[in-house]
Amino acid sequence: MPRLEERCWSCSCSTGVKSKELSSASWIASKTGEMMSIITSVLRQAYVSLYHVQSANLIRRGLVLFAVGVFLALVLYLLQIQRNVVLFPEEVLDTLFSSAWWIPPCCGTAAAVVGLLYPCLDSHLGEPHKFKREWASVMRCIAVFVGINHASAKLDFANNMQLSLTLAALSLGLWWTFDRSRSGFGLGLTTALLATLIMQLLVYNDIYQYTSPEFRYIRSWLPCIFFSGGVTVGNIGRQLAMQFHRV
Amino acid sequence: MTVRERLRQNISAAFYRHGLLCASYPVPIILFTSASILTCCYPLLKLPLPGTGPVEFTTGVRDYSVPSHGTQGDLGERPDWYRGPPVAYIQQVLVKAAVSPWDSSLVPVDVFRSPLGRVFSLLEEIRDHVYTDRSLESLCLQVTDLLPGLRRMQSLLPEHGCLLVSPGNYWQNRRDMFDSDPDILKTVHQHEPKGLHTSATLKDLLFGVPGKSTGVSLYSKKRVVTYTITIALSSYDARFVASLRARLKQLHPSTNCSLREDHMVHVHFKEEIGIAELIPLVTTYIILFAYIYFSTRKIDMVKSKWGLALAAVVTVLSSLLMSVGLCSLFGLTPTLNGGEIFPYLVVVIGLENVLVLTKSVVSTPVDLEVKLRIAQGLSSESWSIMKNMATELVIILIGYFTLVPAIQEFCLFAVVGLVSDFFLQMFFFTTVLSIDIRRMELADLNRRLPAEAGMPPPKPGPLRPREAPPPSRPSPHTITLQAPAFRNLRLPKRLRVVYFLARTRLAQRIIMVGTVIWIGILVYTDPAGLRTYLAAQVSEQSPLGEAGLPPHLGVAPVFPGGDPTSTLNVLPAPEPTPLPENQSQGHGEARSGPAPLTSPQITWGSEDEEVWRRLSFRYWPSLFSYYNITLAKRYISILPVIPVTLHLSPQEAIETRHPQDTQHAPRTSAKTTELQADLTLYKVAALGLFAGVLLVLLLFCLYRVLCPRNYGQNGVQHGRRRRGDLPCDEYGYSPPVSEISPLLLRGHSMDIECLANDGMLLASCCLAGQIRVWDAQTGDCLTVIPNNGLRRSSSSGCWEHRDGWDPSSPARNASTPIMDNEHPLRRRTTPVRPALFGDQPDLTPLIDTNFGEVPPSQMMPGCGFDFGELVERAYKEHEASPPLPFPPSPPAARQRRRSLGDQSVAPPEQVLLAPWDWDSSVWSMELRGNLIAAGRSSGKLELWDAVEGSLRCCNEDGSSGITALAFLNNRIVAARLNGSLDFFTVDIHKPLGLLQYRGPPGRASLPPSPCYSSEDVISCQLTRSVQCAHQKPITVLRAAAGRVVTGSQDHTVRVYRLEDSCCLFTLQGHAGGITAIYIDQTMVLASGGQDGAICLWDVLTGSRVSHVYGHRGDVTSLVCTTSCVLSSGLDDLICIWDRSTGIKLYSIQQEVGCGASLGVISESLLVTGGQGCVSFWDLNYGDLLQTVYLGQSGEGQPVRQLLVLDNAAIVCDFGSELSLVYVPSVLEKLD
Repeated sequence: MPRLEERCWSCSCSTGVKSKELSSASWIASKTGEMMSIITSVLRQAYVSLYHVQSANLIRRGLVLFAVGVFLALVLYLLQIQRNVVLFPEEVLDTLFSSAWWIPPCCGTAAAVVGLLYPCLDSHLGEPHKFKREWASVMRCIAVFVGINHASAKLDFANNMQLSLTLAALSLGLWWTFDRSRSGFGLGLTTALLATLIMQLLVYNDIYQYTSPEFRYIRSWLPCIFFSGGVTVGNIGRQLAMQFHRV
Repeated sequence: MTVRERLRQNISAAFYRHGLLCASYPVPIILFTSASILTCCYPLLKLPLPGTGPVEFTTGVRDYSVPSHGTQGDLGERPDWYRGPPVAYIQQVLVKAAVSPWDSSLVPVDVFRSPLGRVFSLLEEIRDHVYTDRSLESLCLQVTDLLPGLRRMQSLLPEHGCLLVSPGNYWQNRRDMFDSDPDILKTVHQHEPKGLHTSATLKDLLFGVPGKSTGVSLYSKKRVVTYTITIALSSYDARFVASLRARLKQLHPSTNCSLREDHMVHVHFKEEIGIAELIPLVTTYIILFAYIYFSTRKIDMVKSKWGLALAAVVTVLSSLLMSVGLCSLFGLTPTLNGGEIFPYLVVVIGLENVLVLTKSVVSTPVDLEVKLRIAQGLSSESWSIMKNMATELVIILIGYFTLVPAIQEFCLFAVVGLVSDFFLQMFFFTTVLSIDIRRMELADLNRRLPAEAGMPPPKPGPLRPREAPPPSRPSPHTITLQAPAFRNLRLPKRLRVVYFLARTRLAQRIIMVGTVIWIGILVYTDPAGLRTYLAAQVSEQSPLGEAGLPPHLGVAPVFPGGDPTSTLNVLPAPEPTPLPENQSQGHGEARSGPAPLTSPQITWGSEDEEVWRRLSFRYWPSLFSYYNITLAKRYISILPVIPVTLHLSPQEAIETRHPQDTQHAPRTSAKTTELQADLTLYKVAALGLFAGVLLVLLLFCLYRVLCPRNYGQNGVQHGRRRRGDLPCDEYGYSPPVSEISPLLLRGHSMDIECLANDGMLLASCCLAGQIRVWDAQTGDCLTVIPNNGLRRSSSSGCWEHRDGWDPSSPARNASTPIMDNEHPLRRRTTPVRPALFGDQPDLTPLIDTNFGEVPPSQMMPGCGFDFGELVERAYKEHEASPPLPFPPSPPAARQRRRSLGDQSVAPPEQVLLAPWDWDSSVWSMELRGNLIAAGRSSGKLELWDAVEGSLRCCNEDGSSGITALAFLNNRIVAARLNGSLDFFTVDIHKPLGLLQYRGPPGRASLPPSPCYSSEDVISCQLTRSVQCAHQKPITVLRAAAGRVVTGSQDHTVRVYRLEDSCCLFTLQGHAGGITAIYIDQTMVLASGGQDGAICLWDVLTGSRVSHVYGHRGDVTSLVCTTSCVLSSGLDDLICIWDRSTGIKLYSIQQEVGCGASLGVISESLLVTGGQGCVSFWDLNYGDLLQTVYLGQSGEGQPVRQLLVLDNAAIVCDFGSELSLVYVPSVLEKLD
């Protein structure tokens, strides 16, 4: 840090000497110094806040949620791959990690955000989540979520309409069985819409491509999956919040 | 609604009867259930075992025709996959070759070099074979490119041509390359994967026999080389195959070979499970196990947790099996992959009902008969169980109407599973539960008696060496601030991680589970392992197997095509006349048969019939998968193998030698190459062992370094003692410490008996009969009302502590709080006063500690030690000095000063004090306004002025001791030992008509208590006496909201109206004496008894709202908040119940002997007293926020009474001291 500052200083100084505008040079130097101090203070604050228990809790929860998100993303991605790959030779894993390596981290981040948002929203709305606060229920929720994905990947539906209707019913059932809170529903819906939007944008910009030949098929199940995923991750997040609160 | 109610009643009645039945005849019912499970599972025997092992079907070669695609007709025992043409027909030529006779001039390489070399001529032969203008080229399976990922195999596997696999592929089927290859073994082994590999390797693939039986090694004992040439045919031409067979046999006849050649085996491969499929599957199973774990962990308060958990799992699993069995009984064969949907089925069926049942049964009254308990528990949960089941059925029904076949099937299974699960729950699990409860009952009986007897006496033992308080306390009113060094010494994160690991034994569990899974995978996927065994078992067991078929096929030669081969060639070939082939064949070499022991023998046995069986079951799929041909859900047909025997002469072997072959030092090289494979294995094993040992050592070291010595002991007191100076809890976690520090109020000489408060003031009474009044804000002792009979010697110790008696030193009041905060040290030890307090007179010379010399006449009996005059004198002297500006005093103190300071100090109450019994002790005390009501053991009710310490009124109407008092508005209710209840009215005659109100204006919910100023004349009259309110002594008395509630040892609770002392209700429902009652302004009434039950009552109607059992032993304390009920019991458990539903939210297990007192500050903060400490809990989550230690030494005096003051402070007794703890964070929240 100090070395950087020095360099900034010397650099601006030299320019100042050249152009004979000492005032501006000193101004730049002072600005740089200010910036540096701001940066250091921000860094220090971040560092201190790391040690603060609350934020440490938050970070831990976020990490757990991130891991869960990455894991679920991998599993579900594999499930989806099965639909298209006839036989599974060894190198599917390679393609998995080469083609879209950024998907699991993205999903993990999204999971962390959603999972932290849920308890936060609960506390802000002032209605603590009291429905089925136990790990068994959370596990059941995850299982149903994976099941929905499984169904969407494995089953053959007559048409897309049927697929999306079935999935919508399933995800609504998931919400009703495990969540039943307005905030959960709202947040899940928001998640679904946002995620679908982002996916569409990605696809339109050719950053990401579906492996499936049929585009409408993807679009029919994506929102439902995202909704149920949001609810599930929210469930985990709430439970984690409770757990970590208890330590 | 009425229909619903009636339905509900019927259901619960039915469940009740059912529960009775189950609990009455446990053994027959369990037998019946097991029998029904077995019968329902019986059809499962017919189903093939799940798994992805290949399935076989054997037909005869003679009348083979390609099965048609159609499904028409009854195909007898044909499996349903046997339709359409196979992916390929596999013709294998099994070659066994040996150099014979073996002589000493040969080197080990000769064992396989020349036999392998013969493969090229054989290949030539096969390739060039033509039968009626049909060559192999036209019949064989044409393959295209290898998969792109298999570049390294490109030179080894055929591309763009016939799929013809032989060891010759190692040398691109070129003899010259083979001849110029210096090291055959190296060529063969260089493509072998390193390490452990379970699927088919390239060597297996090319040789077509298991690696060990190829004989291609320098160490082979038998010196017979075995390999196959595998030809994949796309279409079956019986004549071509037969002619090929005849040709090869003719060229290389195999004597004593009696392989069966009339069977064609069709192998059907199920869907391949790759990693991509395995990972989700494993994930679902992991989730399933987590679910089961978390569910069964909740089973509580039963005799054997594990037994019940097992029963629950058995219930669910067998209901699943039953559902599959029933479905297949009715002709519905599962097409879904059982392994995949199984976890979802379990999750759908769920363990919830079982847990609900257990909880409900467990929470029934303990003293009931087991039968009745089961019945009650069942019937109370019947409605919710039925509702849940109906809901699930409806959901599944909806799923059925999605009209997706797979979902429909799933739903069908789920419905049957649900119903059978319900059946099992009702019969199997309930019965098991009843057995368990009965066992617990017995165990409980044995345990409970000594537990109750042993409760009161404190445990002496070595852990508490000092019963007496320590001789010298460092400061008189200790503000126990923990030393700052300790506060900074939060345990670091790594320790907490280690503690976490140690607590959950995570590492061990993960390692264990990992090992088990790994072993399981190995066993299952090993080529020689379980899977192939299972597959073999299946094929043998199933009636579709080969054994059953031949007669059937022989009878019905339905298929006319493809016959001629059998008549032509197959029949003569297998039974040739036993030629003396040793001499005649094999290039006429003189084979001295018996002479050399090492001479190789080529034998054909039945194991050679189907060589491919000895290979990995993945052999065919992996071979085809290289060309992107899947065998999943398809089948291949394997034609009978063509045996070829080759005998080579030693001379030939020598001729084909490569020049380098002899240069090898045969022994050493043999060893190295041979042992290579083994060595890697040993290396892996040794490395694993080493790593394991290292890990264990490391963990051990970590454990020794990081964990405290007493970890794992249940040494509660031990840990406590340590924690007196180290503020962290059991696992090293110290919560964020806000400045909570107790203020010790000292003065009593003996243990504190009664505590009372009304916001501003705090009255305490010790065993010695001394009553002290404290300022609840500052902790000053305002008044002392001694019990003169006992006082002299015992109370002398306490006089010296405080010099702030209220009436006489008003200015001191204002300044003491500051001094308390800034000067934790005892005042007497700091003779040099700071200048800040210069406005005060120096009172130290007035304090005479030598009480023995004070003549008793100087002490005014009754009014206590009135040092007023002395102090006044000192003040008058002090007035002369110029006053310094002094800090504003709190309004209360100022008001007090005004009201009292103007008065003359002469107390008027001495008139009243003529008769006095000094022997009786104070049994109960209440404080309202500034009146203290004290009930004595002699039955006397006294009213004292809290501020002045004077007796205002005395009532001696009753003679039985007053066990409990309630003081509300202007009424006093006294409960007496004989069970009678007296109502008194306090009348105030105000001479001046001045009504003052005092007390904090803070909480509007409480009416400000009226102030009885000292000039009022107060009289206390007995208005009504209920003689036989209870049959037995009244234990609890509470008053709120115009009601008086009494609880007695006669098991009843009575509710009286305060105004007219009329008994409204007698509440019955407890099976033991009442020990705790809670009533508040909102008319919520809760009572707890010695039976461990808690009842919630509706005060308006007198009906019981709910009745729960949560404690083993007495309920010691009860508090309600708006949403929940908190109870603590003698079992050191604090239970938190939902107030509306009566469901236990959670419970907190406390340490032994401290779960007696409870208090709730605000809605979410719970305070409990412990051994020398108070703990703060978050009510929403049940987590410990903070533990505040009252004494520095952490002496284990239990906190028995705990009062929550209005200003978010709590006061509790701590031996002979009172402890005032402020909770600043809550204060902020309240404000």
